[in-house]
Amino acid sequence: MRPSAVPLLLALLLPAAAHAQEAELRIGYLTQEVEAPPSLSTPDEPVPDAGLMGARLAIADNATTGRFLKQRFELDAVTVAPDGDVETAFRDLAAKGDRFVVLNLSAAAVARLTKPAQAAGVTLLNARAPDDSLRAEGCAPNLLHVAPSRAMLADALAQYLVKKRWSKWLLVVGRRPEDALYAAAIRRAAKRFGATVVEEKRWTAESDVNRTAEAEVPVFTQARAHDVLVVADEIGEFGEYLPYRTWEARPVAGTQGLVPTSWHRTHEQWGASQLQNRFKALAHRPMTPADLDAWTAVRLVGEAAAQTRSTDPAALATHIRSPGFAMSAFKGVPMSVRPWDGQLRQPVLLAADRSLVSVSPQDGFLHPKTDLDTLGFDQPETGCKPH
Amino acid sequence: MKRLLPALLLLGLAPGASAGTIYVSNEKDNTVSVIDGGSLEVVDTIKVGRRPRGITLSKDGGQLFVCASDDDAVQVVDLATKKVVHDLPSGHDPELFALHPDGRQLFIANEDSNVVTVVDVPTRRVTYQVDVGVEPEGMAVSPDGRWAVNTSETTNMVHWIDTEKRATVDHTQVGARPRYATFSKDGRQLWVSSEIGGTVAVIDAATRKVTKTIGFKLKGIAQDKIQPVGVRLTDDGRYAFVALGPANHVAVIDAQTHEVKQYLLVGRRVWQMDLSADQKTLFTTNGVSGDVSVIDVEKLSVVKTVKVGRYPWGVAVKG
Repeated sequence: MRPSAVPLLLALLLPAAAHAQEAELRIGYLTQEVEAPPSLSTPDEPVPDAGLMGARLAIADNATTGRFLKQRFELDAVTVAPDGDVETAFRDLAAKGDRFVVLNLSAAAVARLTKPAQAAGVTLLNARAPDDSLRAEGCAPNLLHVAPSRAMLADALAQYLVKKRWSKWLLVVGRRPEDALYAAAIRRAAKRFGATVVEEKRWTAESDVNRTAEAEVPVFTQARAHDVLVVADEIGEFGEYLPYRTWEARPVAGTQGLVPTSWHRTHEQWGASQLQNRFKALAHRPMTPADLDAWTAVRLVGEAAAQTRSTDPAALATHIRSPGFAMSAFKGVPMSVRPWDGQLRQPVLLAADRSLVSVSPQDGFLHPKTDLDTLGFDQPETGCKPH
Repeated sequence: MKRLLPALLLLGLAPGASAGTIYVSNEKDNTVSVIDGGSLEVVDTIKVGRRPRGITLSKDGGQLFVCASDDDAVQVVDLATKKVVHDLPSGHDPELFALHPDGRQLFIANEDSNVVTVVDVPTRRVTYQVDVGVEPEGMAVSPDGRWAVNTSETTNMVHWIDTEKRATVDHTQVGARPRYATFSKDGRQLWVSSEIGGTVAVIDAATRKVTKTIGFKLKGIAQDKIQPVGVRLTDDGRYAFVALGPANHVAVIDAQTHEVKQYLLVGRRVWQMDLSADQKTLFTTNGVSGDVSVIDVEKLSVVKTVKVGRYPWGVAVKG
C-alpha cells in the first residue's frame, strides 16, 4: 500500500465509528492449519481451535471493559488452509482496517509478514512462535512477542533445576530443526545459571518405539553421571517414552516431564482460577498455552485502549511499548514489554502433567530492574539491532 | 528472656481486653475460627461451606454472612448456636460483599459472571443484579447508603452503583487489579487498593475522580512483590492501614497527608483486616502462615500472633 492511501482509508473509517458514538477497534487473528506430523508418544489429540478460543474470550473481556468507555472490540479471525497464502490473508485483514493482528503462526510465516505489516502500519502480536531469532536478527519495531521465547522457557527450567541442585544434565535431542533450537536454549541456560550438560545424545529413531521403549530407553540413557535428563522434543515424537524407563532413576524435564510453559490447566493462583473458569464456560475444554498467549495478545490491546482511553492504533502501539505500561495476567506480577526486542516479560510456569510444580523466576535469581529479566535475552545480550 | 515473657503477654492482653470476638474465615479449611478478644485465643471453630472468603456481620451482630465461593452461596451463620442456618441466593462464585446501612441489602460481587447481585437479607430474595466489569471483587457501600461501589479486577475500574436508580452511573479507572474498596467514615473518600498496580487510590466521592495515588517502597522487597489488598481506615480519620499481600507488611498511612508513616511486619501473605469496636486493635489475616496478627493501633506494633486454620482470608470483629 502506498503511504498516501492511509489517510484516505482512515477518513473512510472514521465517520462509521463516529456514527455509532462508539470507537471501534478491530483486532485480527491469523492462523494456518498445519498437517501435523505424527506426535507418536503423546496420547492427546491436537486441539483444533487452540489459540482462537483464547482470543475470543479476550475480545469478550475487552468488550466488557469497553462498554464503560464507549469502546467496541471486534475480532477478525482467519484460518488459512495448509496450502494457502498467509501473506494474502494478512493483506486482507489490513485492508479491513485491522491495525493489530495476533499471529498463531510458525516463525517462518511470522518473518514473512513483518515487512508488509510495517508498510501497512500494523502491529503484529506473535502469540506462538518461540523462536529466539524473531527476537534477535528477525526483530522489527512493529513486532511484539506475547509467547515466551525458547530462551525464556529454558532459563525458567534451569533456575528451578539449579535451585534443586540438579545441576548435571543429560541432554537428549530429537531429530527435528526445532529440537535443535530448544537444545541450544537449554545449553545457553546451563551456562547462564551454572549447570553442566555432561553429555548430549541424539534420538534419531524414525520408528515408533512404543512397544520396545522399555528395552530401548534404558540402553539409550546410559551416560555420564547426571542428576536430570533434559529432553528437546517439541512435537512429542518420543519424549513421553523417557520417564520411568531411564537407566538410572532420574527425573525428566524439558519438552516432556517437568515442562516450562506459559500456561497450565492446574494453575489457579493469583486469580488464574477465574480465567480458567471463564475459559471453560466458553470453550468447554481446558485452556491451553496457545489460548493464554492469544488471550494475552488481545487483552494487551484492550488494556492499552482502556489505559489511554483511545482507540488510535498508533497511540496504542506506542503506549504498549512505553515504560509506564503494565498489565496483570494471572501470574502474580505486572507484565510489560521489553523495549529492546518487543518481548512481553512474564513469569513461566513449571508443570508436570497433572500438577503445577513451580513458577520462575525462582527466588534468589535477582535482576537490578525486574527479576523477570532473568528469563530470556536481557538488554546487553540482545541480538535485536535498532532499525 | 523468660522474665520478659509475662510482661509481653500482659502488653498483648491490654488492647485485646475490649476487642470482643474475632471471626476469621479459613479459605482452605472450610471453617471460621472464633478468637476471643480477651484471651486472644481460638475458642471455637465453625464448619461452613467450601472456600469461605469474604465475611461480614449482620447489623445487630447476631449473624455472620460468609461467602462460600465454591458452593456458590452466601451462608448465614447464627452466632449464638454457631451453626449455618440457611443460605442466601448469592449468584455465582461470591467473593466479597458489603452490607447497606439499612441492614437489609447485601451487595455481592460475583467474580465469575461479571455482575453484582443485590440480596434482600430478611426475605432471602435477589432484588436486582447490575452488570459490571470483568471479575468483580471489592464491594463497599457509602455510610449514607447512596453508593454501592464495586471494583473489577480485569477491567481495572471502580463501578459506582446508584442504589436509588439501581444502576451504574459512573466508572473510575484505577491501577491494575483493584481488590478492595472502603469509604471513609464521613463518606467523602473512597480508598481502593490495586494489587498488581501496587498502589492505593484515594477517590473523591463527590467527583468520583482519583485525587491521590499512594505508592509503597520497602527495603529489600522487590517492587512487584508489593501487592496491596485489604484497606482499613480508622473512624477518627487518623490512619489508613493497607495489607501488602506477599510483601508480608501492613503499611500505616497518615489518612490526612496520605504519607506512608511506617511498615509493620506481620505474617506471610497478609490479606484482609478489621478493627476492634474501640478502634484500638487491628487484626490481619496472614494466608500463607495461617495466622492472625494482632496490632496495637496506639503503639503501632504487632503484639501477638494467633494460629488459625489453613489460608485465613476474611476477618470480622464483633464489638
